[in-house]
Amino acid sequence: MNTNVTTMNKEKARKNWLVMFIHKMGSPPWFYNFAGKLIPWLWAIFIGLTVWGLYLGLFKAPADYQQGESFRIMYLHVPAAWMSMMIYTSMAIMGFIALVWRIRIMEILAMCSAPVGAAFTIIALASGSLWGRPTWGTYWVWDARLTSELVLLFLYLGVIGLYNSIDEPRKAARAACLLAMVGAVNLPIIHYSVKWWNTLHQGSSISVTGGSNIDPSMLWPLLIMAVAVKFYYGANLLTRARVKLLEQDKRKGWVKNLVKEHKS
Amino acid sequence: MTIEQQSGSMGSAFFALLRRDLLLAFRRRTEMLFPIVFLLVVVSLFPLGIGPGPQLLARIAPGVIWIAALLATVISLDGLFRSDYEDGTLEQFVLSGHPLTLISLAKIVAHWLVAGLPLVLLSPLLAIWMNLPIESLGVMVLTLLLGTPILSLIGSIGVGLTISLKRGGQLLSLLVFPLYVPILIIATAAVMAASDGLPYTAFLGLLVAGLITSVTLAPFAAAAALKISLS
Amino acid sequence: MNHAPFIWASYSIGTVVLLWCALAPLTRKKSVIRDIRKLNQIEERNRDPNS
Repeated sequence: MNTNVTTMNKEKARKNWLVMFIHKMGSPPWFYNFAGKLIPWLWAIFIGLTVWGLYLGLFKAPADYQQGESFRIMYLHVPAAWMSMMIYTSMAIMGFIALVWRIRIMEILAMCSAPVGAAFTIIALASGSLWGRPTWGTYWVWDARLTSELVLLFLYLGVIGLYNSIDEPRKAARAACLLAMVGAVNLPIIHYSVKWWNTLHQGSSISVTGGSNIDPSMLWPLLIMAVAVKFYYGANLLTRARVKLLEQDKRKGWVKNLVKEHKS
Repeated sequence: MTIEQQSGSMGSAFFALLRRDLLLAFRRRTEMLFPIVFLLVVVSLFPLGIGPGPQLLARIAPGVIWIAALLATVISLDGLFRSDYEDGTLEQFVLSGHPLTLISLAKIVAHWLVAGLPLVLLSPLLAIWMNLPIESLGVMVLTLLLGTPILSLIGSIGVGLTISLKRGGQLLSLLVFPLYVPILIIATAAVMAASDGLPYTAFLGLLVAGLITSVTLAPFAAAAALKISLS
Repeated sequence: MNHAPFIWASYSIGTVVLLWCALAPLTRKKSVIRDIRKLNQIEERNRDPNS
């Protein structure tokens, strides 16, 4: 009987820890401090993984037999493209939580994700275009991936534009979150229709890796970079969220005290 | 008779609002013509810019007509909620207790009848201008008939979000064009398939599915957008 | 065709964009803190009119 009670209490304590954590995150000063402690670690892991991944990808992986050296752009292009989509999805999910439960910190996190996602989309487009020139002969090709990325960029710009054009910050965030959600629902539809449009008009789809079997020495760096780039997102997102929180709460006590203490 | 004086049933509110919007639009008949003239001008710019070669025009015809329809719709969309927003009627609608979803749907239907249907009716003329093969004329009209309501429905979400902005119209186009991409792709694919004598019913089926989905979902999103804008 | 310039160009663009994306909030933060300091000063001055 006693052991059952202790196990139950331990479980309750564990669940309470999670609930307490979520509650604390909703408090701006707590979030500000917690994020501030987390950010240096995220940067450190990002830099570590990137150095490792790029060393393997740019120097150790052997040149591709079909594409020559240009495949090395893949280690930038593919993680960037994956991030552009992952960030949009997380933005939409955060937006959903923010709208349904009216959680301010979620609004802020969702809105701060948008510029980071747009940056990755731009990188994906630029690197994709530069990869296309030596590989397929032209700087821009309306293939399914690049075209979807372009439409995704427009979706990001729409969210950013809407958020920046409404004066009241919470109303602006709510409107932009709704837009992000509508875009997220449309994103798979857009993706598939563009893919299908591409096969309709070009007959064959272009394989990015040049072959169905990818050599493990080529795959490893890609996976490392894919993970590394997530830490960039985490670090950058939290940094932006902290600044936005300062800005929005500049007349509140906790911010004023924080700045006063910083002076010393 | 005001909305409030009508009986409280949803059906009568819907039709009352629909009638009101149509009456208001008819009183400003000249404004109704702007998107139509815009459509005609845009389409005629293509031969002027590209050259009158009939084969080239025929190949780009489906895309040109559909893109012109997109542009004309976006221009006319801003008027969807704006005048009601500006004189406070929209807030009265929200306060009236009738579901905002229904109100949105009524206004979207009115918008399509005034701005979308003329595009459908004008399309044969545009098809002649762009030298569209006669076999695909029917499909062209059909894709516009199925597609322009989808444009109004999805566009209304964008209008709801930007209604409180002074220059909302400009941002509106940026917001809705990415969402219009699938419709454009499927509709033009249908027409091009018909021109080549290939089967096109699958594409039309997709448009029908899109229409049904938008009719059920878009008014909710538009209502949510309006609630945010009015807050 | 020498692929090297394309690889260099891609990674340079990537670095520039990611750097700018990472540094932009920091510049913003500096101006926000400057604003807050000014607000604090005004508030102090208002609280002790005989300073």
